Amino acid sequence: MPPFLVRFNDAAKSKVLTIQEYFVLAGKSLRFIFSRPFYGQDVVQQMDEIGVKSLGIVLLTGLFTGMVLALQSSVQLKTFGATMYIGNLVAASMIRELGPVLAGLMVAGRVGSGIAAQLGSMRVTEQIDALNTLGTDPIKKLVTPRVLAALIMVPVLTVINDFVGIIGGNVIAAFVIGLPSSQYWRTVWDQIAADGFTLRYIPNDFVQGLSKPFVFGGIISITACYFGLGTTGGTEGVGQSTTRTVVTSSILILIVDYFITQLLLSVLSYG
Amino acid sequence: MDDRDTRTADERREGDRRSVGPNTEERQTASVRSAIRTELAVDDRARPRRKRNPDAPVVEVDHVSLAFDVPILEDVSFPAREGETVAIVGESGTGKSTMLKLLLRLLVPDRGRVLIDGEDITNLTFEEALLVRQKMGMVFQGAALFDSMTVFENVAYPLREHTQMDEDEIEERVKEKLEFVDLDAERVMEQFPSELSGGMRKRVGIARGMANNAEIMLYDEPTSGLDPLTTSTITRLIMKLQRELGVTSVVVSHDIRSVFRMASKVALLHDRRITFFGTPEEMTASEDRYIQDFLGGA
Repeated sequence: MPPFLVRFNDAAKSKVLTIQEYFVLAGKSLRFIFSRPFYGQDVVQQMDEIGVKSLGIVLLTGLFTGMVLALQSSVQLKTFGATMYIGNLVAASMIRELGPVLAGLMVAGRVGSGIAAQLGSMRVTEQIDALNTLGTDPIKKLVTPRVLAALIMVPVLTVINDFVGIIGGNVIAAFVIGLPSSQYWRTVWDQIAADGFTLRYIPNDFVQGLSKPFVFGGIISITACYFGLGTTGGTEGVGQSTTRTVVTSSILILIVDYFITQLLLSVLSYG
Repeated sequence: MDDRDTRTADERREGDRRSVGPNTEERQTASVRSAIRTELAVDDRARPRRKRNPDAPVVEVDHVSLAFDVPILEDVSFPAREGETVAIVGESGTGKSTMLKLLLRLLVPDRGRVLIDGEDITNLTFEEALLVRQKMGMVFQGAALFDSMTVFENVAYPLREHTQMDEDEIEERVKEKLEFVDLDAERVMEQFPSELSGGMRKRVGIARGMANNAEIMLYDEPTSGLDPLTTSTITRLIMKLQRELGVTSVVVSHDIRSVFRMASKVALLHDRRITFFGTPEEMTASEDRYIQDFLGGA
C-alpha cells in the first residue's frame, strides 16, 4: 500500500476506535445505573453541581432569550398588524428549540468543562489509577453519577429556562409593546394546544421540549467524561480535554437537535 | 501487635460472594469459615497468621514482555517472597512504573504471566481484577490522594468500599493507620490533601494503601521529590511495615541510597531486561561495568 493510504487507513481506524470507545463508555455508564454498588451520595452531589449551580446562568439565558424573541418578533409581526400573536411565537420557539438547545449549550460550557477538567486532573495526578487500585471501577464511581445527574438535571433546567423565557416575553409584551398579560398567556396556551397532544393529554411541544434535553444531558456528561478520562500530557492535556469537551458537545447538541426534531416531527402528529 | 488481614485468597473471594477458587473443597471450607467470621462479627485480628509456603513467591513476574509503540519490557522475570522488599531500580523511562501497573493489572502483558499469591492475574476479567487489587496497597508517586475528600475519607475509602465495618470501626482503623505512619490523627483527619506537605501526603498515601490490611504493598518512587530528612522517614516507614506487619513490598525507585537501606532484593532494569537480581550486597560486589556505573552515578 502506498504510504499515504497507510496513513489514511490508520487515521480512519483511530477515528472509528474513538467512536467505539465513546459508545462503550456510554453503554457502561448507563448500565451501571442499575447495578451495585450505588453511589447515591455522589449522584446527589453531582445533581447539585450540574443542576443547582447552573441555575443562575440558565435563568439569565432564559430571561433574555425570551425578551429578545418578543422584541424581534414584534417588529416582524407589526408589519402584518399581528403583534397579539407574540405569545405564540415565543412559546413555540422557547419550548421546542431555544429552551433545550440554549440550556444544553450553557450546561456544556459550564458543567461539561468542569467535569472534563476535574476528571482530567484526576487522571494526570493518578487518582483514576488509585481508584482502580483500591478496587473501584472509575466509570461506576465517577462517570455514572455524573451521567445520571445530567440526565435528570438538564431537563429540569430546560423547563425552568422555558418558563423564564416565556415570562421574559411577557415582560416585553406588556411593557414595550403594550399587549395585556392575559392576552399574552392565552396565546401561549393556544400555541401549545394547537400543536396537538400525545396520548391525548401531553402536549406535543412538551414531548419535543423534554426529550431533547434528556439526550443533551447524556451527550454533555458522556463527552466530558470521555475526554476527561482520556486526558494525557499533564496540565496542558487537561486544558485540551476541556476545550475538546465544550466544542464537541456543543456541536453534537446542535447536530443531534436537528435529527431529533426531524424524527419527532414525523412521529408526533402536529397540527 | 499483629493485625494483618490473614484471610486466605479463597476466603476473600468467598467474602465477596464471587468465588472463582479452583478447588471446590477449598471453597467449601472457605464458606464455612466465612460463615463463622460473620457470626463473630468483624474482628479479624485474632485469627492465626496465614500459612503459606515460605518459598512460594507472593508476587511473581514470569517472562513478561510488553510493548506499546516500542518494546518496553522483554522477558522480565522476578519473584518477591513473603515479607521481602524487592526494589526495582533503573534509569528513568525504563518501564519501572509500568512494572507496578502490570502487578496491579492496570496493564496486561503481551507475553508471560503475572502471579499474585500463585494466581495468574493476566487473564482475569476487569471485575475479578478489582478483587485481586484489594490484596494490594499501592502508594503512588504523587500520593494520588482524592483531593475532593478529607484525609479521613481518603484512608477510610477502601474500608467503605470493601468492608462492612461500621462508622466506629472505620474511625478506629483510620486513626490506627494514621498513627502507624506517625501522623497526628486528630490534627490531620479533617484536613484536605491540598493542605498537607509532600511528605505528609505520602504518609497518608501509605496509610490509605494499608488501610485494608493489604498483604502486598507497591511503592512508586516513594522518596522522589522529598528532602533528605523526609526521605529517611519514609524509608524507615516502609521498613517498619515490612518488619512489624510482614508485608511483601515491591518498590520502584531510583534513589539507590534508600533502596539499599530497605530492600532485601534489588532488580536492575536495563535495556528492557532485568540484568541483575540479588541482594544489595551482591549488587555492590558485582564487577559488572553498568552496575558499577549505575551505583557510582547514583
